[in-house]
Amino acid sequence: MTGLHRIELTVNGNPQDCEIEARMTLADCLREKLNMTGTHLGCEHGVCGAGTVLVDGVAGRSCLMFAVQAVDAEITTIEGLARDGKLSALQQAFHDNFALQCGFCTPGFLTTAEAFLAENPVPTRAEVQRAISGNICRCTGYVSIVDAILDAAERLRAESTP
Amino acid sequence: MTGTAHKYIGKSVKRLEDERLLTGTGAYVDDLKLPGMAVMAILRSPHAHARIRGIDLSAARALPGVIDAFSAADIGPELPLIPIRLAPFEGFERFLQPPIAVGKVRYVGEPVAVVIASDRYVAEDALELIDIDLDPISAVTGIEQAVAGDVLIHEDAGENMGSRYTVGRGDAEAAFADAAYTRRERFVTNRHSAAPMETRGLIAEFDAGIPLLRLHGATKVTYFNRRHLAVAFDLPEAAVELIETDVGGGFGVRGELYPEDYLVPIASRRTGRPVKWIEDRRENLMATNHSRDIVCDLEIAATADGGILAMRATVQGDMGAYIRTNGGVVASRAAQFLPGPYRVPSFSCDVQFLITNKTPVGTLRGPGRFEANFCRERMLDLMADDLGIDPAELRLRNLLEPAELPYRIGELVPGDVNATFDPGDYPSALRRVLAEIGYDDWKDRQGDIIDGRAVGLGIACFIESSAAGPPETARITAAPDGGIEIRTGASSVGQGTETGLAQIGAEYLGIDIDRIGVLHGSSTLLASGGGTFHSRNTVMAGNAVRLAAEALRDRCVELASLRWNTEADELSYRDGAVHRPDEAAAEPLTLAELATFARSRGGKETLSADAAFENEGKLSYSYGAHAALVAVDVATGVVEVKRYVLAEEIGRALNPALVIGQAIGGMMQGLGGTLLDHMVYDEDGQLLTGSFADYLLPTSANLPDITAIALEEFPSEFNPMGFKGAGEGGIVAVAAAIGNAVALALKPHSIVINELPLTPDRLRALLRAVGA
Repeated sequence: MTGLHRIELTVNGNPQDCEIEARMTLADCLREKLNMTGTHLGCEHGVCGAGTVLVDGVAGRSCLMFAVQAVDAEITTIEGLARDGKLSALQQAFHDNFALQCGFCTPGFLTTAEAFLAENPVPTRAEVQRAISGNICRCTGYVSIVDAILDAAERLRAESTP
Repeated sequence: MTGTAHKYIGKSVKRLEDERLLTGTGAYVDDLKLPGMAVMAILRSPHAHARIRGIDLSAARALPGVIDAFSAADIGPELPLIPIRLAPFEGFERFLQPPIAVGKVRYVGEPVAVVIASDRYVAEDALELIDIDLDPISAVTGIEQAVAGDVLIHEDAGENMGSRYTVGRGDAEAAFADAAYTRRERFVTNRHSAAPMETRGLIAEFDAGIPLLRLHGATKVTYFNRRHLAVAFDLPEAAVELIETDVGGGFGVRGELYPEDYLVPIASRRTGRPVKWIEDRRENLMATNHSRDIVCDLEIAATADGGILAMRATVQGDMGAYIRTNGGVVASRAAQFLPGPYRVPSFSCDVQFLITNKTPVGTLRGPGRFEANFCRERMLDLMADDLGIDPAELRLRNLLEPAELPYRIGELVPGDVNATFDPGDYPSALRRVLAEIGYDDWKDRQGDIIDGRAVGLGIACFIESSAAGPPETARITAAPDGGIEIRTGASSVGQGTETGLAQIGAEYLGIDIDRIGVLHGSSTLLASGGGTFHSRNTVMAGNAVRLAAEALRDRCVELASLRWNTEADELSYRDGAVHRPDEAAAEPLTLAELATFARSRGGKETLSADAAFENEGKLSYSYGAHAALVAVDVATGVVEVKRYVLAEEIGRALNPALVIGQAIGGMMQGLGGTLLDHMVYDEDGQLLTGSFADYLLPTSANLPDITAIALEEFPSEFNPMGFKGAGEGGIVAVAAAIGNAVALALKPHSIVINELPLTPDRLRALLRAVGA
């Protein structure tokens, strides 16, 4: 057993504090200490992407990061994507394009795509395919996910054009 | 209701499951936390084959935070054995698995000891403190070694042959003796697994006092599992509750009884606390069922113009160390589907199930079909080349014609005497795929170099059974608030079961789908249930819901006649209410009003109806064709699938968007199984692919341009909605089509593409051998 550390995190805009071992991953901290179980663990070694969260807006693997490394960072998880009870453009596009089946990988795809579209609001199909190539989905075969992200990009552009 | 206008059936209704899954508020088993819950971790065998000389748990037990630790010695002497659910061939009973190793370990990953602790970090620390003394024995890692039997894995059995039988039809020997053309090949399909994104997991609450065993995280066949767990723990069936949560993918492997389904309840019983176990990915790759691992020696006999006369085969399945719940499904179905949708008058197959020191096998989406199609379709392409016939033309000559259907295939699996292909048009499905991919434009360019890579267009045909097994059950209950609850004995493993069943309920009750909630899977919902496998849900559970809805309508009319004090046959049900012929005389009675009325009659009366749907042994066969256009880099051995077209006749699409999702998802899984997924063992039986860095799965980087076509030309005759299974047609012919495409692309090099997966290193080794 190692010693406990008291840390403060900002998750989805809310300050949180908890007492954890230094070895606890950010994913386990979110799930076990903060009861935010929307972030999923598919492999716990950074390959599958299910546990992707946004760290200061950048997509990162919560299973490869210690919670103590996230102090002072703004963490966004799937629970923080919808605003005022309304699905985000990406979430809505996933629904409308049948871009999920079992839904287990979905949190990682949404967070990955959120960061990607912030960086590249007018992506090509090939760019979307590349952007999500670090996330594994076993159900959909990816086609509907690519469709959904392109659809969301279009919706976001429409929203931002007065 | 076939032929009438529908509001929900046949429509791409948006999924009812999505909102919770899109907002992170779904509840998968690892998301549950129960008061006082402890966490369990399993020490698994690091050796493929060894005698257990001793297990010392004292240091692990002494670690602060550890609540309990046990091995077989602590819970024996009588341990339950995991039962066989399907294909229980003679001899298998000698190879059943206890939940924890007794005396010997027989595969890397077999449970040896269990630790229960306050959290998973501590539990895994404790695993490192367990001292196990193992005396390694040589491992049996291949089929030939298993047949030789120099090393016995289960000494009491006296052999490594789990079971063996011969099936067939016609007179294959005579056909081969007289045939103008014969060829023999050995095909090998690679061991791989489903690797659903959510690993397995369970939480057990065992209260010996009540008594109660509640197991969260169950799925697939909960009623079967309940029955066997009740026996294993000496409890009445009613005291065992299997609870289904959100499930992150099944594909055949999840929800079967595994060692952990016994170990987690034992841990809870010993500690008196709820105990959670979540499989990590390394465990998932070494402990969850593997599949596909067969060797097939196939011979074909034909006339000089390519008319198939006979097939003769030996199928050897590598079963791993124990026979688990799926018995001999994989190799037996591989044998049954070897002749495929073709006219093969004579067929004979020797089927063998070999025990080896590897992870036990079970079903994986399209079990046996994926394998059989690869072997047969590769053989057909080799024959087409030998005889100078175009591969598509060869297939069109041999596919069963519509006039030949229904076609009794014979007893190609022991006991399966009535298997009969139902009506369809196999040649037309192939023609559709050929047209869609532009076959005629490519057939003379096979092996051409385009942009530095060799291109090939491969095709394959398939047929695939669906919706076998026990009856499925449903109950529909109307509540006074207008809500409608559908309960099904079937499970949801992520494929949209809630949406599909709600569509059928809404259609047959004539109501808005938003009023419907669907409860599934848990064994507490209904008295009995069938479960979710073999592309069953839409056919079996869907028709059970239809029957329950029809019964509920009758019940509504009965209640309305009491309420109005009038003859029932004057009344009619439509659009969620019972109507009188003279509409002016009274407002219709709605489902909500009738539910209120039912309740007001006192007692326990509710507005509810139960139903069960049985297939009576009549199965519908989905069929179709696949085509793959590939580009192969001869210098690196890398295969890129550029374009993929598949068509499957499914009778009728309940929800076209979900059907296409199944087809494309299945296709990409199959692409992985053909080019990437591979469980690699060394000569000591050590699994070398224990992480996603070694065990490769397809990503969006591998995504071809895919067209999936759902054909609805031959509605099933066995259910009024016309459904056939649609969950597996996307995967079953992928290795066949891609295998043929790669072989055609590399044809100038004269290499043999008979073994999967088609990885760059395998292709380069083949090419290097011919100096390319």
